[in-house]
Amino acid sequence: MSMKFDKPMTWQELPAGCLIDERATSLHFKTGDWRSMRPLWDAEKCIHCLFCWITCPDTAITVQDGKMTGIDYDYCKGCGICAVICPPKASAIDMVREEK
Amino acid sequence: MKTIAKTGNEAMAYAMKQINPDVVAAYPITPATEIVQIFSNYVADGEVDTEFVAVESEHSALSACVGASIAGGRVMTSTSSQGLALMHEILYIAAGNRLPIVIALVNRSLSAPINIHCDHSDTMGSREAGWMQLYCANSQEAYDSLIIALKVAEQTAVPAIVSTDAFIISHAMERLEVLEDEEVQRFIGEYKPRFSALDLENPKTFGPLDLQDYFFEHKRAQIDDFSKVLGTYNKVAQEYAELSGRYYPALEEYKTDDADVAIFTAGSTADTAKEVVDGLREQGRKVGLVRMRMWRPLPVEEIKAALGKFKAVAVMDRSDTMADFGGPVFLETRGILYDAKKKPLLTDYVYGLGGRNIDISDILRVYDEIEQVAKQGKIDKLITYLGVRGEE
Repeated sequence: MSMKFDKPMTWQELPAGCLIDERATSLHFKTGDWRSMRPLWDAEKCIHCLFCWITCPDTAITVQDGKMTGIDYDYCKGCGICAVICPPKASAIDMVREEK
Repeated sequence: MKTIAKTGNEAMAYAMKQINPDVVAAYPITPATEIVQIFSNYVADGEVDTEFVAVESEHSALSACVGASIAGGRVMTSTSSQGLALMHEILYIAAGNRLPIVIALVNRSLSAPINIHCDHSDTMGSREAGWMQLYCANSQEAYDSLIIALKVAEQTAVPAIVSTDAFIISHAMERLEVLEDEEVQRFIGEYKPRFSALDLENPKTFGPLDLQDYFFEHKRAQIDDFSKVLGTYNKVAQEYAELSGRYYPALEEYKTDDADVAIFTAGSTADTAKEVVDGLREQGRKVGLVRMRMWRPLPVEEIKAALGKFKAVAVMDRSDTMADFGGPVFLETRGILYDAKKKPLLTDYVYGLGGRNIDISDILRVYDEIEQVAKQGKIDKLITYLGVRGEE
């Protein structure tokens, strides 16, 4: 269940059968919260080749008007493919340890 | 009320016709084939308004039922044995989503070796899926129980399996009394689903991902609702008795008042055992019978109270647990009696696997032995495989 409540509900309070009284609730479901490594993007170094965008297994690379604009950490799993694929001369993405 | 002659399968199909469900999705399997075959004739002849969905497997059959039930329909299906096994995954989905689907089931052994005859290994393998389970002793009861189960399922949002014994009941013709169509309709009432996926004004999410943060709470709530089924069943069975004159308790006791020993069994064997009890009573022997009709949810207090009165009880299991400790009914009954103040000596008879005949002489032997156990105050043999060659 992706709904956020002020405080966790007990089993007596929940609607039966995990029924949710709205649709498209997967939009609330952020899947990037179990990352152990975080990609850091350097806008200065980026040459906007978009290799990272095309190889990202999720859709965590955000792009506008053909230019990379950043990384959506709500969905990035920290796999590091973007950092590996980034051309060595540009090397605009670094992987660092995820810290709270 | 009219009296007609019907087999167990015909009786189940007839009850389904009178219920007139919105959707029936089914794949035929021996010995339950006839139920939907006869029902599809009712559909073709326009005697019901049901949308009949012919699918390519039982997995698909119950999946289609789940979809139709989420859409807000009154939904039924029928199966047996391997078919129920193939539905296994979807049994949990139907129960977890609280969909009151009803299965008209015929108990048949599970392969291998392949066999089409009666034992209870199929439904016993589905005990933990969250479905109410009723075991019937004859065609009359199969007809009545299907109608009762539908109402209980819809009131509690718990799906139900109503079963008969393969061929012994499913294909044997018996005399039974049936209600008028309108009486059945009035009894079950109009189905008012809790929700409908077709209600576009109020969109909802059905069957979402539920991880560590809420899954346990949802299961706990499901378990709690499941435990209330027995109470609802008792009420509905009483209402049905007022309508039909036939009352079916969750746990039936037969000539137990002053009995020293009893057999605890289910299905068609109970009716055979009643004949034996009558004969032994004429000889002055204090024997009785307790019949399990509802097996899920487990009527714990009822079983404890019923069996606690005897000196010795023989549990009869038509399936085995492969635990090397007897059948499922035996294991659970022992569990129930563990903390009972008064408890009988309890032995297990695993019998009738794959349709092996169980006749009056077999049951007489069980009563003879259990009387011996009561007399000597101890058990010589805890588990007996009754009627199998090579066993004493």
